[in-house]
Amino acid sequence: MTDLSTLGPGLADPSHDAQQLFRAILDATSHPGRIVSLPAAPAGPGTLSAAATAYLLTLADRDTPVWLAEPFDQPEVGNFLRFHAGALIVTQRAQAAFGVLAATTPSPFNDFDLGTDAYPDRSATLIVDVPGLTGGTMRRWRGPGIDDHTDIAVAGLADMFWHDWAANHGLFPCGVDIVFTAGIELCALPRSIAVEG
Amino acid sequence: MYVAVKGGETAIAHSLDLLADKRRGDRGVAELTLEQIGQQLGLAVDRVMTEGSCYDRSLAALAIKQARGDLIEAIFLLRAYRTTLPRFGDSLPLDTGAMVAERRISSTFKDVPGGQVLGPTYDYTHRLLDFSLAADGERPAAPTAPADTNRTLPRVGDILEREGMLEPPPQGLQSDGASEDLTRQPLTLPASRPVRLQNLARGDEGFLLALGYSTQRGYGNNHPFVGEIRYGHVPVAFVPEELGFAIEIAEIDVTECEMVNQFAGSHDVPPQFTRGYGLAFGHSERKAMSMALVDRALRAEELSESATSPAQDEEFVLAHSDNVEASGFVQHLKLPHYVDFQSELVVVRALRAEVEARHRQAALDQAAE
Amino acid sequence: MPLSSSADAPAPARRQRWLSVLAKAPASRLTALWDGLGAVPAYTLLRRPETGLVMVKGRISGSGAPFAAGEMTATRAAVRLASGEVGIGYVGGRSARHAEIAAAIDALSQRSDWRDRLEAEIVAPLEAEADARRRTIAARAAATKVDFFTVAREAGS
Repeated sequence: MTDLSTLGPGLADPSHDAQQLFRAILDATSHPGRIVSLPAAPAGPGTLSAAATAYLLTLADRDTPVWLAEPFDQPEVGNFLRFHAGALIVTQRAQAAFGVLAATTPSPFNDFDLGTDAYPDRSATLIVDVPGLTGGTMRRWRGPGIDDHTDIAVAGLADMFWHDWAANHGLFPCGVDIVFTAGIELCALPRSIAVEG
Repeated sequence: MYVAVKGGETAIAHSLDLLADKRRGDRGVAELTLEQIGQQLGLAVDRVMTEGSCYDRSLAALAIKQARGDLIEAIFLLRAYRTTLPRFGDSLPLDTGAMVAERRISSTFKDVPGGQVLGPTYDYTHRLLDFSLAADGERPAAPTAPADTNRTLPRVGDILEREGMLEPPPQGLQSDGASEDLTRQPLTLPASRPVRLQNLARGDEGFLLALGYSTQRGYGNNHPFVGEIRYGHVPVAFVPEELGFAIEIAEIDVTECEMVNQFAGSHDVPPQFTRGYGLAFGHSERKAMSMALVDRALRAEELSESATSPAQDEEFVLAHSDNVEASGFVQHLKLPHYVDFQSELVVVRALRAEVEARHRQAALDQAAE
Repeated sequence: MPLSSSADAPAPARRQRWLSVLAKAPASRLTALWDGLGAVPAYTLLRRPETGLVMVKGRISGSGAPFAAGEMTATRAAVRLASGEVGIGYVGGRSARHAEIAAAIDALSQRSDWRDRLEAEIVAPLEAEADARRRTIAARAAATKVDFFTVAREAGS
């Protein structure tokens, strides 16, 4: 039995909000590096940002197991996602369709499902909750969906993160996709994008 | 060569208007209500729910009304609607033994405990058109007799099973929620018996009826008897995760058919009867029986029988049972194939020209001799 | 599921019985009884009524391994009273009102000042009506039960 006495509300208007959020997430994913604002995002449980919460409420369900990194691996976060999204919370990265990570989570990409050459779509998507989508070290993104290049300065990520990203990008068509979230903003980094600098 | 084909928007819009008009028919005749369809065309509703694989009487009635009584179209509408809904989870397995039965018969034992309860059946009608229904005739309420509601009807299968005369059903997987489900994972072959049963439960009644009939006529004969047919109301229990215990969320009507079939025994198994199983929403007796016959036929390999007939061919049966898929693929032939056909025309014209040239040359050669 | 019929039964067993009775009642009947209560404590919707699907499982030959028989529609809702109790409703079909009322009654049932009144005015009547429906079905079916006549053969003939 889940303790619901302290549970926060989910989307105010589930079907319409989820449609709008889906549209915004689609826009972000098809334009890597574009910072998209999600005004309908509800306050998240624990320390999870509103944007990460909105992303999961829109896309996670009982067919998409969620793995939570240490700062989010709390009963209130698990209860919230189970109740409002119906999502299964798993303890092994390899079982997850979605991973929720902090900017400082060590070995961010290890053990997640990378998909296979026959089914690259079966890889995991990582939601990386960061302090901000601006204000970090400026890096140059190139790839499909970007007109030549775009310069992005996601805050809170170590150089090692980008080193690991280069390895992930090299696995194309396999590899994980990333969504950076902060506050009510979101920015997507699909595996097809090369990051320089 | 790629030729863009555009246009027809107005024609399509007007076709939809005409369709809606035809559906409504003569405005001088009262419009059908969903309640009327649900109450008076209940067996059509049952079939649409079964093959639409979605138990909801009013949705099925709406689909029938919208489809103008074309049940396969209505099944398609219901299947399309269900894709818009989230999945809450799996129910606990139905306990059909606890059914409040409206009908329960066995053709294997006359004196089955609980008795032969005929319920509402067409079996004893004379198939004579009843012209009194063409007029408005009120019907008297059905008769009643004393009944013990606390007693459930024992399963005929259990009785035979206790004697060792009937194979026990496979126990297999617990309902762990991760079990196989065709609405989640596509069909792969060879399929497990639970997956085959799900496929057959969704399958077209006419297709399964024909296959079941074919087994009786000798194409994979397995000597079936109706061990038991029961139809009635069973509760659906579900465990909401936030509660952590099961609650009953509804009572639904289902029809269950257990076929008892002959089996000579094999190297490892002493002679005993085998079984085929059918389960359908509502009162869908022909469907449940056909399903049970085909379920048994598909077990040919498992029971070391030679599988030489269509009903025993898993790939043939499972790949062609779904009438939404079948209807879609057959009806797609109506889509423009202008370019495909043009290319074939070119080929046939060229072949004909070649043949004509050959004949002309042959005639010239003959004349020259 | 014949469970303890007392309003004072342990919480999970009582909630299980109540929620099952509420879900299986006709939505219109439940609504009428609920409206008949008059003023009830205010609640907020923790989860607005939402319609979805439950995969109904059957068992091979009725008692064997489970298989997916087909889906059914269901609607769920969750409410929270100002005093903190959370109520959950899951009902078959697509009635948002049905699910919300079931959830509200489930929440109120956790308050001792409401429990007996809800048992007397809603749950017990619904249960009696369900029982009557079941008896009618059984009685009509019983009238179609076959009485076999056995013709005894006379000795020597």
